[in-house]
Amino acid sequence: MLAAIRRFFEAREVLEVETPLLCRATGTDPQLDFFSSQFNFPPNQQTLFLQTSPEFAMKRLLAAGSGSIYQICKAFRNGEAGRYHNPEFTILEWYRVGYDLRQLMAEVAELLLQLLQPFHAALPTRQISYQQLFLDSTGLDPLIFSVEDYRVYAAANSLPEAVELCGDDHALWLDFIFSHRVQQMMEKDTIYLLHGYPAIQSSLARLNVDDPRISERFEVFINGVELGNGFYELADPVEQEARFDKEIAYRLSHGLPAVGKDDAFLHALNSGLPDCSGVAIGLDRLLIIALGSVSITEVLAFPLTCA
Amino acid sequence: MATFSTNEFKGGLKIMLDNDPCSIIENEFVKPGKGQAFNRVRIRNLKTGRVIERTFKSGDTVEGADVVDKEMQYLYSDGEFWHFMVPDTFEQYQADKNAVSDAIKWLKEQDVCTMTLWNDSPLSVTPPNFVELTITETDPGLKGDTSGGGGKPATLESGAVVRVPLFVQIGEVIKVDTRTGEYVSRVKE
Repeated sequence: MLAAIRRFFEAREVLEVETPLLCRATGTDPQLDFFSSQFNFPPNQQTLFLQTSPEFAMKRLLAAGSGSIYQICKAFRNGEAGRYHNPEFTILEWYRVGYDLRQLMAEVAELLLQLLQPFHAALPTRQISYQQLFLDSTGLDPLIFSVEDYRVYAAANSLPEAVELCGDDHALWLDFIFSHRVQQMMEKDTIYLLHGYPAIQSSLARLNVDDPRISERFEVFINGVELGNGFYELADPVEQEARFDKEIAYRLSHGLPAVGKDDAFLHALNSGLPDCSGVAIGLDRLLIIALGSVSITEVLAFPLTCA
Repeated sequence: MATFSTNEFKGGLKIMLDNDPCSIIENEFVKPGKGQAFNRVRIRNLKTGRVIERTFKSGDTVEGADVVDKEMQYLYSDGEFWHFMVPDTFEQYQADKNAVSDAIKWLKEQDVCTMTLWNDSPLSVTPPNFVELTITETDPGLKGDTSGGGGKPATLESGAVVRVPLFVQIGEVIKVDTRTGEYVSRVKE
């Protein structure tokens, strides 16, 4: 699979790069828990982080004029272990300068079909907006937060605990209903390219210029398994810093481990990130799909329990 | 009682849910890449036996349930309660109809079974997987019948009724699988 990925990008003249796994700064996303470690270098002692994704470093390369780049590397996420999660996993991440989201989604589909071809008959691809799929599956509009409708839906679909658990947190309701119902209702053996995520879940994506309720973000799913996430990348340093500040404040108020802003990354945005789209694919999960495995432990030689 | 974090959830863990003791059957970690982590859990309510699904926010804690299994000997029934004893300590427990439910039809006096206790009071009774009981009533079978035939109902000394092959007679001891309620074999005295 790794050789096929490298051939794919070589043919498209995308440059393979390497960036540090051990970094001075890391992402501020409150939903991502990182590993930190101490760098002992007397008389100084410095906290370093195992990166949760190579995104910031790769964007610094883009800002420095690298052109389109890709990387296959490890990423680390603390507190994540389960059927589809191992705290250390393998990411394929790439950025296309000058691509918008549609062009990148098309390339993702092309790559997945090529990689899965030795294992599966060609899978059909379905491009649909987050809003449409949510509506089709549940009858609820994810962009309009009508807590009463959401409650009625939860009660009628044997998810009564959602009312207390989600309260009046719109994003939490969406995560809950999406992961408990919508994902399970996706058709089997189909590549889903789900775009137009709600702006409240924009992460590092730009907002849509015509409809600020949605963001230029997509995700790819096969058999209900989330394989990857892509953005039309946010390049505005002021907006980026504002999102950092918001997440850092959230971390502080919720007692999560503190983390600083990545100044080197903000500096790179300031000097100008070219218009580009980028995506990360979890390769361990892609192997699960390719081999029809039921758990990530089946596709890792040494999962956490025997690492 | 101890509390458990969702990270400690695993099959067999006993927790309190909606004021009832429950046992976790299966625990799945669910997390969108950019979203909240959940634990989706399949749980058996130990009082009603019903299996439900429930979701917790990862990192939340729940109260543990003081539920233990003990080997006990069935002593007798006084009509309202069924009395059991722990063989090595001679501690006695009385269980009501809800607790003994169907299990009692497989037990005769002196038999050993597993009692599940919640806060030291009987919650449920589980008979051994296989029991050997004497047939007290069944239609006479015909000579030459084999076990391949249709079978007939037979009442056992403990009160249970099972289907047995036609050649099995009153007074014989048979082995029964209590999980399925099916006849296994005759037992040579």
